[in-house]
Amino acid sequence: MSDIFQLQYALDTFYFLVCGALVMWMAAGFAMLEAGLVRTKNTTEILTKNISLYAIACTMYLVCGYAIMYDGGFLLSGIVGDGATGEAEPATYAPSADFYFQVVFVATAMSIVSGAVAERMKLWAFLLFAVVLTGYIYPMEGSWTWGGASVFGMYTLGDLGFSDFAGSGIVHMAGAAAALAGVILLGARKGKYGPNGEVNAIPGANLPLATLGTFILWLGWFGFNGGSVLATASVESANAVAVVFMNTNAAAAGGLIAALIVAKVLFGKADLTMALNGALAGLVAITAEPSTPTPLQATLFGALGGVLVVFSILTLDKLKIDDPVGAISVHGVVGLLGLLLVPVTNDGSSFSGQIIGAATIFVWVFVTSYIAWYVIKVIMGLRVSEEEEANGVDLAECGMEAYPEFTSSKS
Amino acid sequence: MKMVTAIIKPFKLDEVRESLGDLGVTGVTVTEVKGFGRQKGHTELYRGAEYVVDFLPKVKVEVALADELVERAVEAITSAAQTGKIGDGKIFITNTEQVIRIRTGETGADAI
Repeated sequence: MSDIFQLQYALDTFYFLVCGALVMWMAAGFAMLEAGLVRTKNTTEILTKNISLYAIACTMYLVCGYAIMYDGGFLLSGIVGDGATGEAEPATYAPSADFYFQVVFVATAMSIVSGAVAERMKLWAFLLFAVVLTGYIYPMEGSWTWGGASVFGMYTLGDLGFSDFAGSGIVHMAGAAAALAGVILLGARKGKYGPNGEVNAIPGANLPLATLGTFILWLGWFGFNGGSVLATASVESANAVAVVFMNTNAAAAGGLIAALIVAKVLFGKADLTMALNGALAGLVAITAEPSTPTPLQATLFGALGGVLVVFSILTLDKLKIDDPVGAISVHGVVGLLGLLLVPVTNDGSSFSGQIIGAATIFVWVFVTSYIAWYVIKVIMGLRVSEEEEANGVDLAECGMEAYPEFTSSKS
Repeated sequence: MKMVTAIIKPFKLDEVRESLGDLGVTGVTVTEVKGFGRQKGHTELYRGAEYVVDFLPKVKVEVALADELVERAVEAITSAAQTGKIGDGKIFITNTEQVIRIRTGETGADAI
């Protein structure tokens, strides 16, 4: 084994791990964004959900998810310590680094769900669903896409020209599809929609946290997309990584500017929450293919996502699909846009392949999630009582407030 | 003795405090409050949906005064807190039966 190879192996592994750590940090971004966009009385519960789902996703993917997705054996038994020997085509990074990078993506998909069902869902119903999504639903569609397996022996997406670089569809749209199924069975927050079709605002409690969360997600996304190059220790892959970083950043900026302007034109004021959603929409839009667009194309793709996300949020409200943080619009609608934009710059993909791939992911995740949510609803119920919702799920589910006042240590 | 309670615009608090201080008033109690008067509330937009702010933020200044100071204190508050626009607030004057300084037990005007 040459010294150069050893150096490449070490550098690629190191790069992979650092990118994985950046993606892990996106869990903090989601937690802060969601905590900022809910009311104070639901803060502790959304934080509990976010950090618990991360732990559940990591554990379920370790137990069975990775095995389903990459055919590697349960409890990571297929992972050997050294990726440089043994296989016919040795990986250039440590196999456990691959698991680590993959597992944080599962957590991202699940994080998307928590915001959409915020402020009214039972904590344990949500966590039970997290087990199913991260242990089975996501790994199955992951096996058909990044895993390269055929869809129940019928067709193979890769052969049809389906391409999703870092997961606009596989991660983001999948999470949104699961969220949509949950929201449909769960219903809207009390007071969100009036009897005569009016849409009432329920303002988030802490916009500094929501903004910090968006910055954290923006930062973490460099790991999400940048790491998906899977290597950096050669001139070619280092160039690719730099392009991906540049385009990812450009798309987020384009998305934010577009959403900010659209909100200003539509509402007359600069709506910060829409601008934040716009940045995330730009990121989701570029995630399916950040390596082939020019910087201008990346900015425009992001801007397209930023425009689309505002109209999607307004439309979902008209349909009475209550999504407190805009997750279904940001990750689902714009995730689909991201998939459809891939063939514009990547000759290796086709529109038909993208549409079949998107449909496969959406139908699978939506239908299985709907069944899972429905079963949970029958067993334990999805929703807290009306009184508990009015008092806040912090007290109902966690028995503690995020910002307690007038407390006494006397028993 | 009287209790003068003024509901004022929050950004006028410093001026009101200074003008009362100039009169020799030695203490006030300030509370952040919300309410509505003729100004009513106003509507805001959040993510494209309207919401009504029924109660506007105001500051409540409470000051206990000897009878002879009341008129000048009201003048001071009025001139300091006035903008001439709707929502400037109100002043309420009520009788105060007794005042006791907790530290010394003094009562009446001495305790103010």
